[in-house]
Amino acid sequence: MEEVILSILQRTLVAGTPLLIATVGEIICERSGVLNLGVEGMMAVGAVTAFIVAHHTGNPWLGLCVAIAAGMLLAWLHAFASVSLQSNQVVSGLALTMLGLGLAGFLGKPYVGRPLAVNMNPLPIPLLCELPVLGALLFNQSPFFYIALILAIAAWFVLEHTLPGIRIRSAGENPRATEAQGVNVSRIRYLAVVVGGGFAGLAGAHLSLVYSRSWIEGMTAGRGWIVIALTIFALWNPLRAIVGAFLFGGIFVLQYILQPLGIAPNFLAMLPYLVTLLVLLLVGLRDRRRLNAPAMLAEPYRREDR
Amino acid sequence: MFDVTVSDRRPPTAIGSLLILVLSLAFGMVVIGLIFFLCGANPIFAFKRIFIGSFGSFYGFKETVTKAIPLILIASGLALAFRAKFWNIGAEGQLLMGAVFGTWVGLNWGPMLPSWLMIPLMFLAGFVGGAIWGVIPAILKLRFAINEVIATLMLNYICSEFLTLLIIGPWKSPKKYGFPYTDNLPDSAVLYLLPGSRIHVTTLIVALSAALILTFVIYQTRFGYEVRVIGDNPDAAKYAGINFTRTTVLIMLISGGMAGLAGVGEVAGIHHYLSYPGSISSGYGFTAIIVAWLAKLNPLYAVFSGLFFAGILVGGDAIQISLGLPAATVNIVNGILLICLIMGDFFTKNNLRFRATERI
Repeated sequence: MEEVILSILQRTLVAGTPLLIATVGEIICERSGVLNLGVEGMMAVGAVTAFIVAHHTGNPWLGLCVAIAAGMLLAWLHAFASVSLQSNQVVSGLALTMLGLGLAGFLGKPYVGRPLAVNMNPLPIPLLCELPVLGALLFNQSPFFYIALILAIAAWFVLEHTLPGIRIRSAGENPRATEAQGVNVSRIRYLAVVVGGGFAGLAGAHLSLVYSRSWIEGMTAGRGWIVIALTIFALWNPLRAIVGAFLFGGIFVLQYILQPLGIAPNFLAMLPYLVTLLVLLLVGLRDRRRLNAPAMLAEPYRREDR
Repeated sequence: MFDVTVSDRRPPTAIGSLLILVLSLAFGMVVIGLIFFLCGANPIFAFKRIFIGSFGSFYGFKETVTKAIPLILIASGLALAFRAKFWNIGAEGQLLMGAVFGTWVGLNWGPMLPSWLMIPLMFLAGFVGGAIWGVIPAILKLRFAINEVIATLMLNYICSEFLTLLIIGPWKSPKKYGFPYTDNLPDSAVLYLLPGSRIHVTTLIVALSAALILTFVIYQTRFGYEVRVIGDNPDAAKYAGINFTRTTVLIMLISGGMAGLAGVGEVAGIHHYLSYPGSISSGYGFTAIIVAWLAKLNPLYAVFSGLFFAGILVGGDAIQISLGLPAATVNIVNGILLICLIMGDFFTKNNLRFRATERI
């Protein structure tokens, strides 16, 4: 029994890892005042590029780097449309998702169903991994898990306690005042969007390199959209995102646990989406002023004409 | 180097905005051509195939009209929602729910009722199904401040699983050799097809009249005015005494209902039974977003942009076969065209002036 619970928890952490990485990226992006609905597309492209590179070079780390670069490249497109051209961010993000899913399906066609030959081995942390129970659970995970946690904590620290973080936040709260202090709001927003894209690409790489170790079309299965919901659930705070992401990881695992009980698999497949709505419902019941959303989220900013 | 100055411009003339639109699309085509080229396909040959496969041949054109029907229906409804800045991304789910409701009515009442009564009833049921699925996110947004983009998307996934649940479970036909399909609709519930094509004329007429009516509603009625005010300036809407809740609910009833009508058309016109979500709708709910945007959120223009994107869907199928490109290619085309369109909007709103910067 203990082993079963341990294995469930273990899988929960694995399933929650990509959600955490992508959510932290989206938080950085949204904090700067740009809404990027293209996470699903960026994740898909990250997943496919990571798989292709790892497949051909035999080096998953190289795949991971390419996935980050691919995510950043797509995000740059969104930054160009929403920051430079002040386009509608909702529509631009949707276009990015369509483009990303299309590109991923296109590039990945020859690789559908091929298993990944190389392994991204779990990385046991010396000493800590020998702790009873916790050791096996927390300190003998794939490198992605540690990267995700480190990124979340680092993002929180940078956003809350450093000058670049303050600039990102103020670009999202009051761009005009930020600009008045001599900060280039456009540059900050570009940076935040592109960094967020890199996170989404990395999250995608986890899906194809660790989570399912293969590529099929539609493997992101709406995770990119759940990430957008998690951003709200986390109240734009990377530390809260840790809780949210692993909670949702658990729900993805729950599908497989409940299946032997004779519940229809299609009903279980609804769970993550139903729970997303439920969670947002609970967030929505809070006082709206305490929601903490960036004041200028999704509002294009235009410098005063000189 | 040069320095760029951005300033407001007067709204362009009709010809001016058409020119910007055409240029944006042309730019998108160049990018897509480049992608074809990089994949080792001759872009001119590929575009020729797309054109012949969609508009340039009688067979292709019939298919284009067939696929334009759901696009026009959905895009007209989306135009209304998007005007109020209610981002309904859930047309796919609303279409499926309409198909479910329509099929239920068709299967259960079809054998007893004559066609002239049956078909309007099915469309009505489909409208109700889509409207219910559309109004849920409206209520979630109004009561619980849930972002409608996420809510409508989640409802897409939920509806898709729900439909699959029905066809592999209680609605599964014993006569379909174990395939997860429902029984065929009775004859009285099947739509008339234009001979030699798959054009279900009834739905086409419904789509065209709906586009006309919604254009009238948006530009000529008090409700349409309220929709536009809510979209352009929600604060002003509050002071003008516009009932935000009532208007939003009504918008989503209509927008969802339109997608539901499209679902009935697909089942009763083309498939004649309910099957996997992916075969009932090949992403019409998402393509219609671009259709609505290209139509500048005007349902009347959506008739033309619907035809255009239906052509891309059909032509895309044609080059998939002749060039061996994967099905996802159409998504790339759609994504790029949409990005180019919204980028083009920039030039309808702004003047750009390039000046040489002085080197110091």
